[in-house]
Amino acid sequence: MNESINLKPGQINGEKGIWEMVIGLEIHAQISSKSKLFSGASASFGAEANSNVSLVDAAMPGMLPVINEFCVEQAVKTGLALNAKINNVSIFDRKNYFYADLPQGYQISQFTKPIVGEGEIIIDLDDGLQTTVGIERLHLEQDAGKSLHDQHPSKSYIDLNRTGVALMEIVSKPDIRSPQEAGAYVKKIRSILRYVGACDGNMEEGSLRADCNVSVRKSGEEFGTRCEIKNLNSVRFIIQAIQSEAERQVEILEEGGKINQETRLFDTSTGETRSMRSKEDAHDYRYFPDPDLLPLEFSDSWVQKIRETLPELPDSLKKRLVTDFGITPYDASILVEEKDYVDFYQKAANGKDGKLTANWMITELFGALKKENISLSNSPISPENLGQLIALISDGTISGKIAKDVFAEMMISKKSPSDIVKEKGLEQVSDDTEILKLIDKVISENEDKIKDYLGGKDKLFGFFVGQVMKLSQGKANPGIVNKLLKEKLK
Amino acid sequence: MSDLLKFDLLSASIALKNKEFSSLELTNAYFEAIEQTSALGAYLEIVKDRSMDMAKASDKNIKNGTARPLEGLPIGVKDMFCTKDVKTTASSKILENFCPTYESTVTQNLWDDGAVMLGKLSCDEFAMGSSNETAAKGNVVNPWLKNSKMSPGGSSGGSASAVAARSALAATGTDTGGSIRQPAAFCGITGFKPTYGRCSRWGIVAFSSSLDQAGPLTRTVSDAALMLNSMASYDKKDSTSANLEMPDLMNYLDKGIRGKKIGIPKEYTQDGISEDIVLFYEKSINWLKDSGAEIVPVSLPHTKYALPVYYIIAPAEASSNLARYDGVRYGKRNEAASLDEMYEITRGNGFGEEVKRRIMIGTYVLSSGYYDAYYLKAQKVRRLIKEDFDNVFEEVDYILTPSTPTTSFELGKKQDPLTMYLNDIFTVPASLAGLPGISLPVGLDKSGLPIGIQLIANSFDEPGLISTARVLERSAEFNFIADGAAK
Repeated sequence: MNESINLKPGQINGEKGIWEMVIGLEIHAQISSKSKLFSGASASFGAEANSNVSLVDAAMPGMLPVINEFCVEQAVKTGLALNAKINNVSIFDRKNYFYADLPQGYQISQFTKPIVGEGEIIIDLDDGLQTTVGIERLHLEQDAGKSLHDQHPSKSYIDLNRTGVALMEIVSKPDIRSPQEAGAYVKKIRSILRYVGACDGNMEEGSLRADCNVSVRKSGEEFGTRCEIKNLNSVRFIIQAIQSEAERQVEILEEGGKINQETRLFDTSTGETRSMRSKEDAHDYRYFPDPDLLPLEFSDSWVQKIRETLPELPDSLKKRLVTDFGITPYDASILVEEKDYVDFYQKAANGKDGKLTANWMITELFGALKKENISLSNSPISPENLGQLIALISDGTISGKIAKDVFAEMMISKKSPSDIVKEKGLEQVSDDTEILKLIDKVISENEDKIKDYLGGKDKLFGFFVGQVMKLSQGKANPGIVNKLLKEKLK
Repeated sequence: MSDLLKFDLLSASIALKNKEFSSLELTNAYFEAIEQTSALGAYLEIVKDRSMDMAKASDKNIKNGTARPLEGLPIGVKDMFCTKDVKTTASSKILENFCPTYESTVTQNLWDDGAVMLGKLSCDEFAMGSSNETAAKGNVVNPWLKNSKMSPGGSSGGSASAVAARSALAATGTDTGGSIRQPAAFCGITGFKPTYGRCSRWGIVAFSSSLDQAGPLTRTVSDAALMLNSMASYDKKDSTSANLEMPDLMNYLDKGIRGKKIGIPKEYTQDGISEDIVLFYEKSINWLKDSGAEIVPVSLPHTKYALPVYYIIAPAEASSNLARYDGVRYGKRNEAASLDEMYEITRGNGFGEEVKRRIMIGTYVLSSGYYDAYYLKAQKVRRLIKEDFDNVFEEVDYILTPSTPTTSFELGKKQDPLTMYLNDIFTVPASLAGLPGISLPVGLDKSGLPIGIQLIANSFDEPGLISTARVLERSAEFNFIADGAAK
């Protein structure tokens, strides 16, 4: 084993060489719809158990599903945003299995003919590089209910509020090669979903969950046998689970073992995956077209109409930010992560120094908001006020250092920076006569040190600048202080 | 009082409007008839208080001159229709105490048009059967040859028996592969299965979603027209319901068939059909010819595959449709230690033999490895069967066939399932193609049992089908009353 090799992300340096991961993701995204996919019941989160259940959701005899057209539109919008093929005809199938929280005894899903076909997205990696991940398909399906096993010693309770809630399953191609890429992929999908408004992307409330298919191979070899890790609900867990699963597989393979194709669960307390069911135990879902529903059929012109409602998407926005505002692609990729961010930035940077605005927004504002645990939409500093602050810095009214104090004050008082500057008299002093007075004072108070300086102790120059600044309470223009002080001490 | 039973739906409707008698009197007469014929076992549930209230309300409307199309007419409802606050069991033990909180669209349409509900009628369990013997509470008896205990047919056996026994003025039925037409034929009445999509399936216990269709069982073709007028409607709650206005069928009763072409498919006169049926089939052909129709021999080459195709598709859909009867939310539950055990016991005890057989067939044909060979192939052949009809309807206007290969058979003579399935051989093809079909009685066989003849029309041509059936009805002059009917 060579200790000095540089491993790329997603590579595992085993006893017997370097392994590479092959990863594919299935993302389940809950559609932001007031009502469920096939019933009029509310799809809201957090309601009292079994309060959002219609006759259809409870699968009462003779009840029939009726497609929620809003959900169909969201799926098509998402498909278009994923640069994917919209299938003009798609079919709903029944996926049959018995479980207490599945009232119909089948889940209505799409099997052979999904609403959206192949597409691709570009993902941004931390090192500023980009890579493309293929989309295999996107289909619509119903969520199941929730089983509560810990409420009673011998019985399980069932909550059907989630039953029938509309989900989109977005399946990637096995194009992902590292846990970090997987994380970036999920972030990008989440961002796209939020841009088009199809899903709120809230992973804590379960609006976005991922199943990860992981296998390992030696570079250039065929794909290995994969395992599926079910139901991961944070980017951090996705990264951890994939890493741990890949390491487990490498260990087995290097010991001469074989990978069993199976479904696994990620234990967040141990950080490891464990077996849930093997392929042999897999259900035979007996998929067949749901005879209660007609095929979904779209005309090209209808799809075109939907396309026209799409907002500008992150990739295009990113390019535009780089061109229009002269910021780095890396900063741009951070700003386009959320539609909120871009909107804020564009307002703040309007007519200002784009680069400076991006720095202040990403470093200072995001930092401060994170510290206070406030979302950008509730920011005490409005985009207009941030822009004003940038303008005050750019035109020399205040120094960068003073700007930080003003910013801190803005966070607390929500006041505009110019008001704060005025109230506190923080304008920068750039007047030569004013500054010369200060310089003279410093010279008269430090005669000894002046001698030393003139005697060759050059380092003391900084000290004098500092003293002048201190005397001006930070308001003196440091450039001018430097210039005048040098002239004076020649 | 018994005179009131002589009125059929249409004539009773006229008599009520002329105030010859009241709905309350008529409804009472029917409750007496129900009592008199209770040994037939047609009714699972009667709702006398509700009936009386409905009848009184109808009488008020008639008095006020605001009578609706079915005002005051007492009818029975097949137990496959969910009826609000009235037990709805689909003749199954698994739903034995199930009481819906909602009303099916079809029955709601009937009540909205003024009909009076008598009660719920027995049927084969989940409408799976052709003899009414799979009903959890036991079979229904055909009022014909009452001492011989003949089958009323199925699955709408209770509906057919009640209408024939005059314990209901008319009844609703559902037809998946012949469940309206075959019992109508066995009981000497008219049974009309409309085009798939004409009647909403919302609130009807599902058997096979792509085939199930509601329709009326009545004494006459006019009655069928009157009933279907009210039953049919476009319903947003049923995605497969047809958004197509149905013309008032009462305007088509006397249009005649002069110049119309009647197709006689060669595939429907095969071995195994009773001689008497063949005789009356030929008579029917001649009656239509004498009434001015042109008789055209046609071929529906894929007919022979219809029954096998049906017994793949219908059980496949049923195996999935019946998964909801799991003891978790409603219906009967047998407690057990684990969820899987609870399912096994609940469903094992709750479903009868025939239902279990079909669930197993359906599960099998949808299983991975068998799906392509059975389900997928069956769907392909179903399309070919539909194409057969499409081709024939380019040449002819209607198709005439026997309704059943035999007349009614004795109850309790255990038949093997395959023989039983053959009962539907003439009704299944139109079901698979989604076409409207009507069975009407044209005569009695040597033993005195009714013989039914079926007319099939192109999709949504219910009006023409009514015109043609009326011509046949007039020629046949079937005026017999079952010996087991209420007097």
